[in-house]
Amino acid sequence: MTASAPTISAPIGATTVNPNRRGRPLWGTIIFVTVMAVMWLLPLLWALYTSLRPKAATDKYGYFSFAGPFNFDNFVTAWNQGGFATYFGNSAIITIPAVLLTLFFASMMAFAVARFSWKFNVTLLIMFTAGNLLPPQVLAAPLFELFKHTILPYWFSDSGTLLNTYISVIAVNTAFQIGFCTFVLSNFMKAIPVELTEAARVDGASVWRQYWNVIMPLTRPALAALGTLEVIFVYNDFFWPLIFIQSGNRLPVTTAVLNLQGQFLSNYNLLAAGATITVIPTLIIYLVLQRQFVAGLTLGASKG
Amino acid sequence: MAVTPLETTAAAAGQGTRAPVRRRRLRQFTARDRVVLAIMVGIPTLIQLVLVWLPTLFSIGLSFVHWNGLDFSDMKPAGWSNYQYIFTQYTQFWPAVWHNILWLLFLGVIGTPLGLLLAVLLDQKIRGSRIYQSIFFVPVMLSLALIGIIWQLFYSQDNGLLNFLLGTAGKPNAVDWLGDSHINLWAAMVAATWRHAGYVMILYLAGLKSVDPSLREAASLDGANGRQTFLRVVFPAMKPTNIIIVVITIIESLRAFDVVYVINKGTNGLELLSVLVIQNLIGEGQVIGVGSALAVVLLLISLIPIVFYLSRTFRKDRLQ
Repeated sequence: MTASAPTISAPIGATTVNPNRRGRPLWGTIIFVTVMAVMWLLPLLWALYTSLRPKAATDKYGYFSFAGPFNFDNFVTAWNQGGFATYFGNSAIITIPAVLLTLFFASMMAFAVARFSWKFNVTLLIMFTAGNLLPPQVLAAPLFELFKHTILPYWFSDSGTLLNTYISVIAVNTAFQIGFCTFVLSNFMKAIPVELTEAARVDGASVWRQYWNVIMPLTRPALAALGTLEVIFVYNDFFWPLIFIQSGNRLPVTTAVLNLQGQFLSNYNLLAAGATITVIPTLIIYLVLQRQFVAGLTLGASKG
Repeated sequence: MAVTPLETTAAAAGQGTRAPVRRRRLRQFTARDRVVLAIMVGIPTLIQLVLVWLPTLFSIGLSFVHWNGLDFSDMKPAGWSNYQYIFTQYTQFWPAVWHNILWLLFLGVIGTPLGLLLAVLLDQKIRGSRIYQSIFFVPVMLSLALIGIIWQLFYSQDNGLLNFLLGTAGKPNAVDWLGDSHINLWAAMVAATWRHAGYVMILYLAGLKSVDPSLREAASLDGANGRQTFLRVVFPAMKPTNIIIVVITIIESLRAFDVVYVINKGTNGLELLSVLVIQNLIGEGQVIGVGSALAVVLLLISLIPIVFYLSRTFRKDRLQ
C-alpha cells in the first residue's frame, strides 16, 4: 500500500490532483470488502460446520452452539446412503464425452469460419452464438418429444427410446455448448497470423493438416481455458438430466441433489454433508485450475 | 489470479501483424479439401440445427395445437387458444411474469452494481486483493441447484443461521424465509445474487485491466477526481464489457430456474416463466400446447437481448 507512494519523477500536480489512488491505506475499502467477504462465506461455512457435527450433538445442544464432538461421520453416512459413488460416476460419464465432443466440433467449426471466407460463415457463426443464449426451457418440450419418439432397440436402451439415456443428455449439452465454444475459438483463431497456414499450404498441407497440425497446437491455451469452463458448465447442469432421465440411479450428482433433499429431509446434518460432498469436485477444480476457469470466463464473456 | 484475457496471448503470437486475416477463395482447394471442409462445417451445423434450432421452431408449432404428448394422431389444431388461455385464465402466468421482472430488477439494481463495486474496489492496490477475489468468486463455480440447497440450510426456519443471527430462531416470530410466499422470492433472489455478483466482478476486473492506463492519467492531469475519472472515462471505456454484462443480467434472469426448482419446484410465490413451461411439460397432466405457448413467450422476450447483443458483436463482421 505504502509502496506505491508517489515517486520524485511523478508530475508535481499528480499528488494533489489524485489523492485517492496513492498513499492512503484505503481503510474504508478494506473494511467494506472484509465485511462482504465474511457475509459471502457464511452460507458455505454454515453448511460445512453443520456437516461436521453429529446429529446427536446438534439435537442436544442446538444447531447454534459450539459444544459436542466434530467428526466426518455425516460424510460417510451421506456418501453411503446417498449413493454418491453412482452419481459421481454418472457425472463423469456425461461430462467427459460432452466436453470432448464440444471442443472437437467447435474447433472444427471455428477453424472453418475464422480461417476461410465463404458465403454463409458469418451467418452461421451468428446462428451458433444465438443458439447458446436461448433459455433451455424453450427447447425442452420438442426435444423431450423427439427423444421419446426415437425408437431404439431394447438392447441399446432399456426405455426403447432415447429418453433415460446418457446419450440424450450428452447430445443436448454438446449442442448447447458448441455455439459458445465456436464463438470464442473463432475469435481466437482469427488472431493467428494467416502466414502460418499459408506457409503450410504452400508446403502442400491439406486443410485437415492445417487444422490439426498448425492451428490446433496454437489454440491450446484457449482450449485449456474453455475445457475447464465447460467441465464446470456441464457438471453443473441441472436441467437436462432433470428432463430426460427418469431413473434415479442414472442422474448426475448436480441433479441428484434434488433427491437428497427428500431423502435427508429430517436430518439437516446429513443434507449439509451431502451438499459439502457435492461442492468438493468443483472446489478441487477451482483450486487447481482457477486461472484457466477465469481465463475461460473472461475470454468468452458472451456466456449467458 | 490472472484475469488477463487470452486474446492478448493470441495477439502477441501475431507479433503486430494487425492486418485482417486475408482469406482465400474456395476454388484454390482440391476436391478432397473441399469435402473435408464441408464435413468440418456440416457436422456441427447439423447438430446445431437438429438439437437447437428445429426444436425452437417446433416449440412455436406445438404452441398452436392441443396435445397430450402421447400419440401424434392425438394432436389437434388449437389456433390461438393456448395463448388466450395463458393470458386470460392461467392464474399463475402474470405472477410469473412479474416475478421474472422483479428478478431482473433485483439483479440489475443490486447484483450487477455490487459486482461492479467489488471489481472497482479490488482493482485498487489493497493487501490481499486476490484472496478477496477468490472468496467472491467461489459461488460462481457452484451449480445453481447446489446454491439452492446451501441457502436452504442457511434460511431454514428452525435450524438456519439467518434466524439465529436475527435472534428469532426457535421463537414464534422466526421467519420462514422460503415458506412464506411474500418473502421467499426475495430470499431466492439474494441466493442468485450471491453467484451473479461474483460473476460480474470477474468480468469487470478483466474489463478494468483492459482500459488503457494513460486514459486515467490524462483524466487526473486534467483535474478529474477519482469518481469523475471512473464515471466519465473508465466506465465508458469499458463499453464492450458493459454490453456483455447487460446481456448476461437479462438472460440470467430469464433463465432463472434451478434455484427455485430446488427450493420448492417453483410454487407458492416462486413461480417463474421457465418453471411454468416445465410444469406443463413434465407435470401429471401434460399440456404440451400450453407449455409451448409459455415457451414461445419466453423465447420472444429472450430474443430482445440476444438480437441486441448479436447486432453489437457482429456489426463489424457484416461490414467486411
